[in-house]
Amino acid sequence: MLGSGLLQGLAVTAKNFVGSFHDPARFVTTQYPEERTALPEAYRNFPFLVSESADDPIGTLRCVACQICEKECPPQCIYIEKSKDKKPDANGKMQIYPAVFDIDIAVCMSCQICVEVCPFDAIEMDQVFEIAATDRFTGLILDRGALAKPNRYFHKIHPQQAADVDERLAAERVAIGKKAQAAAKAAVPAPPPAEPGSQPRKAAPPAA
Amino acid sequence: MSVAEVSPLSPAPGSRVRAVRDQFHGDLLEISMGPHHPSTHGVFRMVVTLDGEIVVKLKPVFGYLHRNHEKIGENTTYLASMPYTDRLDYLCSMTNNWAYALAVEKLSGQTVPERAEYLRIILAELTRLLNHTCLAGFLLQDGGCSGTPLMYAFREREKILDLFEALSGSRMMCNYQRFGGCRVDAPPGWLEAARALADNYGRFLDEYEELLTGNEILMARTQGIGRLPARLAVSAGVTGPMLRAAGVAYDIRKVDGYGLYPRFGFRVPLGDHGDTYDRYMVRVLEMRESIKILQQALRDIPAGPVMDPKARLRGFRAKPGEAYGRIEGPKGEIGFYLISEGGPNPYRYRVRPPSFINLTVLEDLCLGHTVADTIVILGSIDIVLGEVDR
Repeated sequence: MLGSGLLQGLAVTAKNFVGSFHDPARFVTTQYPEERTALPEAYRNFPFLVSESADDPIGTLRCVACQICEKECPPQCIYIEKSKDKKPDANGKMQIYPAVFDIDIAVCMSCQICVEVCPFDAIEMDQVFEIAATDRFTGLILDRGALAKPNRYFHKIHPQQAADVDERLAAERVAIGKKAQAAAKAAVPAPPPAEPGSQPRKAAPPAA
Repeated sequence: MSVAEVSPLSPAPGSRVRAVRDQFHGDLLEISMGPHHPSTHGVFRMVVTLDGEIVVKLKPVFGYLHRNHEKIGENTTYLASMPYTDRLDYLCSMTNNWAYALAVEKLSGQTVPERAEYLRIILAELTRLLNHTCLAGFLLQDGGCSGTPLMYAFREREKILDLFEALSGSRMMCNYQRFGGCRVDAPPGWLEAARALADNYGRFLDEYEELLTGNEILMARTQGIGRLPARLAVSAGVTGPMLRAAGVAYDIRKVDGYGLYPRFGFRVPLGDHGDTYDRYMVRVLEMRESIKILQQALRDIPAGPVMDPKARLRGFRAKPGEAYGRIEGPKGEIGFYLISEGGPNPYRYRVRPPSFINLTVLEDLCLGHTVADTIVILGSIDIVLGEVDR
């Protein structure tokens, strides 16, 4: 019968209309500023720099200004200047640190490649998305003060990833300690075959 | 005779009905449709020459969204091109990623672990569901059905996007595939959620089809409109659901058997007439087959690594040579052609964009139809301007 398809369709819309009041599968709108959906752990938007201590975020950055992320960044939104002096890192080894570390998040495309290529687990993806600024030129360029966030925060937003990273770093610390002991025991002060700090920590690309 | 005496609505005295103003009678009218119009699916422009309401000539104009994609690909590393491929066809970033990863894997001779292959198939079929559902919504929107099917489509798409987000961290710009596998393994509970979605999707499709397939207005607007002969489709290089709607059995999943597709049982739906309705119907049937593939993949997915342990992320260089990786994307054959000279970036990087090549037959489809049909035909071609213009 001509029109039966139309009536059938109207029945579907009626079902959806009524269903949208009580069936959660049909009513999917979240009233955003009042309600919020939980973000999945993997959610990413812009990078931040992990620092060891919450008291001195800029002073305890894990970043050693190796500039790999700067080179690999597809839209080239990272700008790093190396420091002239060195500071001890979490393992007590003297390291260069970033004197300037800027990310232009107006350019950043949230691809996470900086996180993947970082050999020091120093840069991770943040989940803060309410970052509107009133100044389009300087308001969206984040310097290292704005980027530095403590490891505790990383644990809060990516618990699984942060636990994996901490485990890896702890294992490394143990290895470095053992190596130092072995070097002290050895009578001949031969240089170790490889500098532990200069080796990329992740031999294989990270699975997480 | 003065103008006031002849109302545009009343027939002029005499035997023949005249136009409002005599001097336009029989003239062709050239109008520019787009680029800023929602019905052109982005910034696409058609210069149509009309005889009355009938299209006698149509010239597609594109390039408004040109972003130098291929040149950027030649100047950045292989890895840095991966997130750019998301932006080609921004509805289907997972399949774009896969096609590009496949090309680089061919170039460098990397192998992909089995779990990663299964994940890729799952993601590609989810992308197909997402794309075809949205396409049906857009097509109806173009036909004047404002909102309802599109909103239902977006509601279901949202569920798939939630899965993508939980897996890759991003809803649309997934950047998930890597050379030699996938970036991360599925988080706990993800596969169960995907399984539930695959099991429930058929029910949604039933409802969607109840709303659309038998609808008399849809049939009147699409049947016999924009007929694509099989011979033209083949000679123009049309691929994907559009080619299959014209009755040509060509599906790269079957022809190439890339990934692990030969292990899966699915059929390739074909159209009879090659008109707009067939293109809609083929996509609906394809979604049903996709659900079957998803259910098989989610049942059989093995445990194991998702990344080739020998794969390198930093300092990746491919052997000198050339490779073409292609997969059956939701819109057709999406392929990446790479020439390597052994350096960190490809010497030549070329995309074979399905929606661009499918768009080349637009004029042939539209000739003799009305302006309103042109919009529906364009909607049934399924273009995304990010991919057309690159």
